[in-house]
Amino acid sequence: MATGAIRNMTGGEQFGALALALFGIFCLIIAGLTESGPYAFHMVVFALASTWAFRALIVRRYHGQGPEPDFIDGKPNYNFGPVKFSTVAAMFWGIAGFLVGLVIALQLAFPVLNLDMPWTNFGRLRPLHTSAVIFAFGGNVLLATSFYVVQRTCHARLAGDIAPWFVVLGYNLFIVIAGTGYLLGITQGKEYAEPEWYADLFLTVVWVVYLLVFLATIWKRKEPHIYVANWFYLGFIVTIAVLHLGNNATIPVSITSPKSYIVWSGVQDAMFQWWYGHNAVGFFLTAGFLAIMYYFIPKRAERPVYSYRLSIIHFWALIFLYIWAGPHHLHYTALPDWAQTLGMTFSIMLWMPSWGGMINGLMTLSGAWDKLRTDPVLRMMVVSVAFYGMSTFEGPLMSIKAVNSLSHYTDWTIGHVHSGALGWVGYVSFGAIYCLVPWLWKKERLYSNRLVEWHFWISTIGIVLYISAMWVSGIMQGLMWRAYTSLGYLEYSFIETVAAMHPYYVIRALGGGLFLAGALIMVFNLIMTVRAAPDVKATQPAPAPGLQPAE
Amino acid sequence: MANMYAFLANIAQGVGVLYFMGIFLAVCVYALWPSNRSKFDTAAHLPLEKD
Repeated sequence: MATGAIRNMTGGEQFGALALALFGIFCLIIAGLTESGPYAFHMVVFALASTWAFRALIVRRYHGQGPEPDFIDGKPNYNFGPVKFSTVAAMFWGIAGFLVGLVIALQLAFPVLNLDMPWTNFGRLRPLHTSAVIFAFGGNVLLATSFYVVQRTCHARLAGDIAPWFVVLGYNLFIVIAGTGYLLGITQGKEYAEPEWYADLFLTVVWVVYLLVFLATIWKRKEPHIYVANWFYLGFIVTIAVLHLGNNATIPVSITSPKSYIVWSGVQDAMFQWWYGHNAVGFFLTAGFLAIMYYFIPKRAERPVYSYRLSIIHFWALIFLYIWAGPHHLHYTALPDWAQTLGMTFSIMLWMPSWGGMINGLMTLSGAWDKLRTDPVLRMMVVSVAFYGMSTFEGPLMSIKAVNSLSHYTDWTIGHVHSGALGWVGYVSFGAIYCLVPWLWKKERLYSNRLVEWHFWISTIGIVLYISAMWVSGIMQGLMWRAYTSLGYLEYSFIETVAAMHPYYVIRALGGGLFLAGALIMVFNLIMTVRAAPDVKATQPAPAPGLQPAE
Repeated sequence: MANMYAFLANIAQGVGVLYFMGIFLAVCVYALWPSNRSKFDTAAHLPLEKD
């Protein structure tokens, strides 16, 4: 790192500094012109972030920081700085997102907790929760693991000097803008696509740089074959770019207004929204995390992928089928019948890649099943694959029109989403982070395996409480809505169905609380790993330190 | 509009089926082609490599 002499700025640093200076000044002008307080606040945040980054670009050469060689002593000089940042950010946003989730779960059970303030009511906190867990927690996990896996499986240093830092810092700035916007009342009002046009434009730039960094790293790989995890990451990055641009084709009222309108309307807009929304599930929460499964489970179990051929079929089948499943969110609406049936059919076909992938992940343990008893991290990832199989069995079932007529708009959907989000996405992320932290900070092992055991059991009980409460309340809700008296009147008023769900909402909040408690144990364990776990001994000659999962 | 409906439904039910079956078969042939076996067996061990 420290080279001593102060060097000249690189072309990238000069371009970056100039772009940041112009962007910062531009944002300050907008902040002065706009009549919207929250929008002005966001412009000031952008300006401050630009100023900070501008200064960082100017001063890094005084600290001996700058472009590093691709290889040192013939070994790849991996760039783990951005990976470490995203790992820490993931845990921070994870705790924030789980906490907000617990708050809104309690608000549903005890409405007084809305506090009668606009910033704290359910309507604003709910998108804060979903965005914090999906895009902030999940997104940072994907950034961290993708930047780690692509380097390791390509035997190449991450492409770019400033670009990887721009991706991780820019993405987290987008999260801050989006999240504060919801609290202040700035929203497009579209589920999972709430950020307004200026935040969307900024994310587009960050995402394109992400794609370029990822592609350029693959481009300079030393390993001829592109490992299947990288295919899943690429599928995720490219598709999210397309979805983001498609569903945010909006025209702002003016450049000094945070408000924008989408170019299409009515049922076309709804169709676009759920094409986007369902593929946020399919490509963000599934393809990206399957990439984690295909790298971290073999690595942790020290077994090769069960069937690499199946993984190829899994990938292409998933990519080609998922993109058509969106219309099942719009059953019995103004969407044409054929489109609804199409969405349903493709959703059912998704059973094939889902179960192919689940079998591939689980069978990777063949010959190493005993490790489930001794390694709670591996157990966490294997349970996540089981949850993946379960929730992707349930999803197609719920997309069938007859089932959907009972399940739609009820808590069954919430239960389904959380069995996927807590069980699959959460657990595979926790497993990957438990692996990554000792590797990145060059520790022999985690601080405590017992604490991982506690985390595992506490949050598993939490998930079971959560999803079973939502199944019962969801099906009850659906049945109460469609119950008629002998005279043909509706048997229950809406408020009666709400009152009937109260006990289940309390159980759900309890489950969420346990899940949060587990994650807090994890944070403590990770902090202690970095501070107190023994370092990897530097005496080993051949293998790079940190490669061996600690046991 | 009725024509449009029939047109789109025909595409979905006819061309779409052939298109997806074609892609699926091509992927299966590629994945299961005997001479690719050793390449894929090596690739399955990629995460386990030390460097």
